[in-house]
Amino acid sequence: MTPVLELENVALRHRGSTANVVEDVSLTVEAGHSLALVGESGAGKTTLLRLLLGLSRPTCGSVRFDGAGLSPRDRTRMRDFRRSVQCVFQDPYSSLDPRRRVGAIVAEPLRSLGLDTRATAAPKVAATLERVGLPADTADRYPHEFSGGQRQRIAIARATVCHPRVLLADEPVSALDVTTRVKVVDLIAELKQEQGLTLVMVSHDLSVVASLCERTAVLERGHIVEQGDTAQVLGAPTHPYTRRLIDSVPRLPA
Amino acid sequence: MTLTETRPTKAPRFGRSSRRSATLVVGCVLAGLIALLALVSLVWLPYATDDTSGGRLTGPGGGHLLGTDKLGRDLFTQLMTGSRIAFEAGLGSVAVAAALGITLGVLAAFAQGWLDDTLSAFLDILIAFPTLLLAMLIVAARSATLGSAVLAIGLAQSAVVARLVRVLVKRVLTQDYITAARTSGTSWPRTVLGHVLPNIWPTLVVNLALQFGLAVLAEAGLSYLGLGAPPPNASWGRMLQEAQATFTTAPAGALAPGVLLVLLVIGVNLIADGLRETLDPATRRRRA
Amino acid sequence: MTLLDVRGLTVRTADGRTLVDDLSLTVDSGERLGLIGESGSGKSLTTLAILGLLPDGMTATGSVDLAGTQIVGATEKRLAAVRGRDAAVVFQEPLTALDPLMRVGRQIAEPLARRTCLKGAALREAVRGALTQVRLPEPERIARAFPHEISGGQRQRVALAMALACAPRLLIADEPTTALDVSVQAEMLDLIDSLVRERKMSVLFVSHDLAVVARVTDRALVMKDGRAVEEGAVHDLVRLPREEYTKALVASARRLESALDLRSAR
Repeated sequence: MTPVLELENVALRHRGSTANVVEDVSLTVEAGHSLALVGESGAGKTTLLRLLLGLSRPTCGSVRFDGAGLSPRDRTRMRDFRRSVQCVFQDPYSSLDPRRRVGAIVAEPLRSLGLDTRATAAPKVAATLERVGLPADTADRYPHEFSGGQRQRIAIARATVCHPRVLLADEPVSALDVTTRVKVVDLIAELKQEQGLTLVMVSHDLSVVASLCERTAVLERGHIVEQGDTAQVLGAPTHPYTRRLIDSVPRLPA
Repeated sequence: MTLTETRPTKAPRFGRSSRRSATLVVGCVLAGLIALLALVSLVWLPYATDDTSGGRLTGPGGGHLLGTDKLGRDLFTQLMTGSRIAFEAGLGSVAVAAALGITLGVLAAFAQGWLDDTLSAFLDILIAFPTLLLAMLIVAARSATLGSAVLAIGLAQSAVVARLVRVLVKRVLTQDYITAARTSGTSWPRTVLGHVLPNIWPTLVVNLALQFGLAVLAEAGLSYLGLGAPPPNASWGRMLQEAQATFTTAPAGALAPGVLLVLLVIGVNLIADGLRETLDPATRRRRA
Repeated sequence: MTLLDVRGLTVRTADGRTLVDDLSLTVDSGERLGLIGESGSGKSLTTLAILGLLPDGMTATGSVDLAGTQIVGATEKRLAAVRGRDAAVVFQEPLTALDPLMRVGRQIAEPLARRTCLKGAALREAVRGALTQVRLPEPERIARAFPHEISGGQRQRVALAMALACAPRLLIADEPTTALDVSVQAEMLDLIDSLVRERKMSVLFVSHDLAVVARVTDRALVMKDGRAVEEGAVHDLVRLPREEYTKALVASARRLESALDLRSAR
C-alpha cells in the first residue's frame, strides 16, 4: 500500500544558518498507523510537521503525498492534499482568529477548498461541532468566550470538518489541564476510530503518545534515533536517549 | 479555567466601560458639531464668501454673529467654509494615507530579503522628509490647491501608516490561525482580507483617527503659509494668518478658527481613544 | 515551628469576584507543602499573596504570617525586607523572570551583595559558587551570558540560584518545571530536592501535576476554584482520595499513566 505521507532522506537548513535543523530523516505515514514524533525542544519535531504540512520545503530529500511529490503550482493536487491533511496546533489561543465567529472558523476549510458555500457549510459545521462535544450555539460565539479545552475542541472541529485522511497535531493537549487533557485525548481517539483518521502527532508527553499512536519515532537533535511500534519503542527502548526520556517521566506513587 | 470546560461568568466592568464610552460620546459631540457646520455650509451660508458689504473689522453683533474681517467678510461664514475644508483635508489625507499606507505596509510585511530592506529604507526616508518641503514640491508641480495640500499630507502620513501596518501584519502573521488558514487552503489574498486586516483593524482605525487630527492641523499650517486652499475659500489656517496683524484689536478673527481647530483635534483624539477598546470583540461582548 | 501561617486568605478583584476563598495552610520550618490545582484554581495568586505581590486591583484579606511578619496590609518597605530574606520565589517562565538586558552573573550578584556585603573579586567568586551549586556547567561562561543565550533548563537553574542567593527560609516554586523538557524537569526536581534538603529550607511547591508534586513534597493541598478541597500526605491523596475533585484529578493522571504502562508491558 502506498503511504499517505512520506519523508525520504529529508534535511532542512534555515537560510543563513550552517547547521541542519533536521537531517537525513525518513518517515512513512501509512493509513491506519498513527505516528508519534517524540523528542525534546530543539529536536526538530515541529520542523518535520511543517514539512509534512507542505509549509516548508526541504533543503534536500523529498516529501511525498500519495506516492508523488507536491508542487504548489498543481492547484488540483494541492487542494486534494489540503483536504486530506489537516492540522491542530498546540496553543488553542493563537490558533483561532479572535475576530471571527466559531462558525466561520470551522467552515474555513470547506469554504477555502471550494467544497461548500456558506449555506451548505452550515449544517456540516453544526454536525462537526456537535461531534466534538460543543453546545449548539457555539457557532455564533467568539473564541474568547471559551476555555482552553473548548477552544482545542473547536480547532479539532475545524481540522476534521472536511473529513481528512490524516490529522497532523502539534502537541495538541500539552497546553491543557490534566482532567481536560484526558477528555481531549479520548475525543481524538474516538475520531480516529470513527472516521478512519490517521494521526501524526508531535509530542513530548509519552503517556499521550502511548494513548493515541501505534507507531513512534524518537528524535534527538534533528535525527531519528529510534522508530517502530509504540509498544516496542516505549516498552523495550534500544537507544539510550529513548530510555532516558522514559525514565524521566514523573510517576505517581504506587 | 480550562478545567471544568464551563465558561467563567465575568462580571461587567461598569466603571471602565462607561468611562470609555463617555470619551467616545464627548469626542463625537465635539467633532459632530463641527461636522454639522461643515455640512450646513454646503447648502447654506449666512453670507456669500466674497461678500465684503459688512464693513471692516466690526466686532461681534449686528448682522454678523462673530463680526467681520479686515476686508469686511463675515467671520462666521468663513468659519463654516473653513470647517468644511478642515474635514475635506482630514478625510482626504487619511484616505490617501490609508490607501497607500496599507498597501505598502502589507507588501513590506510579506517582503523578504532585499525587498524588505528596500521598502523599509524607502519608508524611513519618506518619514524623515519634511511635509512642508513635500508640499512645496507638489504645489510647484501642480498649483496651490486644497488637493495639493491633501496629497502632500497624505503622502507624508502614508509612510507612518505603512510602518505601523508592517509591524502589525508581521505580528499577526506569526499567529497559528494564519498557518491554519494556509493549511485550510485559503489563498494569501483571502487570508489578508479575511484574517490579517480584521485583526489589525482596531489599532489601525485608532491610528487613522489620530492621523485625521494631525492632517487637519497640518492643513491649517500649510494654508497659513499660503500652500493650502486658495482664496476666496477661507480655511482656518488662512483665517489665522489674515487675522494675525489685527489680533490685538480684533481677536475674534484669530480666536474663532483657533478654538474650532483645537476642539476638532481634541474631539477626534477622544474618538480615537474611545474606539480603541470598543472595537475589540472581547470587550464588546463583556459590555453587552 | 511554623514558618508560614496562612489563615482565611481571600483574594478579590476590583469588581468583586473572589479568586481565592478563605484559604488556610501552614508550612513548618523545614517542611514541604505541595499546592495542587489546575488553571484558574487560584494557586498562583495564593503564592503572590503570600509575597505581597498581588497585581493592581486585587485585594487580599485574612492573615498571612510569614516568619512573624504580617504580609496582608504590610507596607512596601516592610515587604521588601521580607522578600528574599524569608521567602524567595522561582516562577514558571524563567525567560520573563530574568532581566533580558542584564548578564546572568550580575543578576545573581545583586541579591548576593545585598545579603553578604561582598564586593569585587569575592563577590564574583560567590556568584561562581551560586552557579556551581545549581550544577550549571561552565559557571564563568554562564555568568557572562545574557538570559537568551542559555537554554531554558539553564535559565531555570539561574532563577533558582538567584532565589537561593538570599538564603531564604522558604522557597516558593510556582510551576518551576512546567516549561521544561521531561528530562530537564527530572534533573531540576532532583536539584531542588537536594538543595532544599542540604539547607533545611521549607518549600511551597505549586504545580498542576500530581506526579511532579509527589517527587518533591510529602504533604499537599488540593485547590479548586480558589478553595481548598483536600489536604493530606501526597501518598494518601493519590491512593485514597476522599473528595470527588481529587478523585477525578487522580483518575485522569492514572488514565494517562496506565496507557504508558500498557504499551510498555506488551
